[in-house]
Amino acid sequence: MIAVSFPLTTWRDLVYLVAIVGFVVALKGLSSPRGARRGNLVGAASAAVAVAMTFSDSTVYHSATNVTLALIAMAIGAALAVPAARLVKMTAMPQMVAAFNGVGGGAAALVSVVEWLHWHSTGTHPATYQIAEVLLGVIIGSVSFSGSTIAFAKLQEIMATRPITYPAQQAINAAAGIALLALTLAAIVTGTVGYVYAILALAFGLGVALVLPIGGADVPVLISLLNSFTGLAVAASGFTLRNNLLIVAGTLVGASGIILTRLMSQAMGRSLTNILFSAFGAVVTANTSLEGAGGRSVRSSTPVDVGVLLAYSSKVVIVPGYGLAVAQAQHVVKELADSLASRGVKVAYAIHPVAGRMPGHMNVLLAEADVSYDDLEEMDEANAEMATTDVALVVGANDTVNPAAVDSPGSPIYGMPIIHTDRAAHIVFLKRSMRPGFAGIDNELLFNDKTVMLFGDAKETLQKLVAAIADL
Amino acid sequence: MTGIVEYLTIFALAAFVGIEVVSKVPSVLHTPLMSGSNAIHGIVLVGALLVMGESRGPLEIGLGFVAVLLATANVVGGFVVTDRMLEMFQSKTPSRRVAPPSTERGTSNADAKATGASNGAMRDDTK
Repeated sequence: MIAVSFPLTTWRDLVYLVAIVGFVVALKGLSSPRGARRGNLVGAASAAVAVAMTFSDSTVYHSATNVTLALIAMAIGAALAVPAARLVKMTAMPQMVAAFNGVGGGAAALVSVVEWLHWHSTGTHPATYQIAEVLLGVIIGSVSFSGSTIAFAKLQEIMATRPITYPAQQAINAAAGIALLALTLAAIVTGTVGYVYAILALAFGLGVALVLPIGGADVPVLISLLNSFTGLAVAASGFTLRNNLLIVAGTLVGASGIILTRLMSQAMGRSLTNILFSAFGAVVTANTSLEGAGGRSVRSSTPVDVGVLLAYSSKVVIVPGYGLAVAQAQHVVKELADSLASRGVKVAYAIHPVAGRMPGHMNVLLAEADVSYDDLEEMDEANAEMATTDVALVVGANDTVNPAAVDSPGSPIYGMPIIHTDRAAHIVFLKRSMRPGFAGIDNELLFNDKTVMLFGDAKETLQKLVAAIADL
Repeated sequence: MTGIVEYLTIFALAAFVGIEVVSKVPSVLHTPLMSGSNAIHGIVLVGALLVMGESRGPLEIGLGFVAVLLATANVVGGFVVTDRMLEMFQSKTPSRRVAPPSTERGTSNADAKATGASNGAMRDDTK
């Protein structure tokens, strides 16, 4: 009875509240293996209901032109995103997440910019704190947009994956940061329309500058952080538009993103500040590469010999890395593991928390190949058993097994926990070439006495290994 | 000025919920969680629709149009890609139990090998 007399805005707010609860349930679900998929569907349904309800707002539909254009924009956006999301290869998942994150940040920044322009075209005089909210949305959104774009380019290998450094980088970034702060204050005090463009441009540049010096295994952490930024930018637009849904959804993502980023940097044994600002120096890289390039030779072997070695081991640990993803070798690796297991060899996979280009990347790939969870060992577990392992088979991993992280304090990856394959009796390295890993540094492990190399495409090499074992 | 304090209260509480909800996520799910939360912030589409509706003049409308387009791509693509990822996680859960230690391994592996191989062949066709 009472409910019937609610005005439409109240109903809309109630629907938004339901969507908010839906998002919390979605995030909660995504945090456990069992409820993950259902959680995601709850999230999608909440978003759909909230968007549909938004069309009941007269602000949205009062201009026929605008609402038509909005529907066209939605159609184009969906038409672009759905095929991209459907067709993307599992190996390219990190880039895809970076791309979707970037467009979200861009959208949040634009929402704030349009609101700012709208104040001026309608002659509204916003309160100081409203100006601050809008500018916050513009700044965080643009940083997230440009940062994600660079991260995408790095992951897609459109540009060099190595950290890009230039003289006085930190000083230039600091100066840009101070300039941005000054402009923001000026904009808040004067409220002049033009400032927003300068702020937009400067924040955009700062996003690029922030991401350029980050490379190596740090990119996944960066994406998580940028994801969190986009969330906060969305929350800022929520403040501007006085919309609880945007505030809560944005803040949920912002806060959970920061926690996730922290979990990841802990997994790498480094602080977030170190990851963001240590700027993997060109000097250090030069030093370590001198050691490796000193004309030392590695031992190369044949699939037949390695096949024998594997088949007569009692325990083999497979250490996958990004190379596995590139070669699309997850199914063959499973085939090899099965053929070894049928001969009574105990096989396990040692998963480094940041193996691949994003955390959990290897788990996703191996899940695709139907590898059982029980065969996956996390880093600590794998390291504890490494001393009793006969063969550590490194498939396309590099930095995550590099002993430089333990014994070379000058190395850019020093301090990162690694999988201690050097404790196993034998190490077999499947590698395309002697090219260094994503971090761009040489791996001392390749020159270890216990190491043999199998050069070539990981998938082909693994197929040869499977064939060699079948022939025994 | 009272309005802003209410919104700040909501913001502070939401931050705690966000932290609490994901504080115990296993590393296996880091990728889907990142991708899923990525989709959730695509709800900025609601904001984009609101500013688009009130836009006046080509500049505002043009930027609003782009905002709606980008936000839609974020929210739709984000959920689709996350679902695809999680679908793979789920497909094998019913068929698998705890890994048998040694003796039963032979038979169960033969099955697994057969499905694995056909799976692989299908993949190759699609590429």
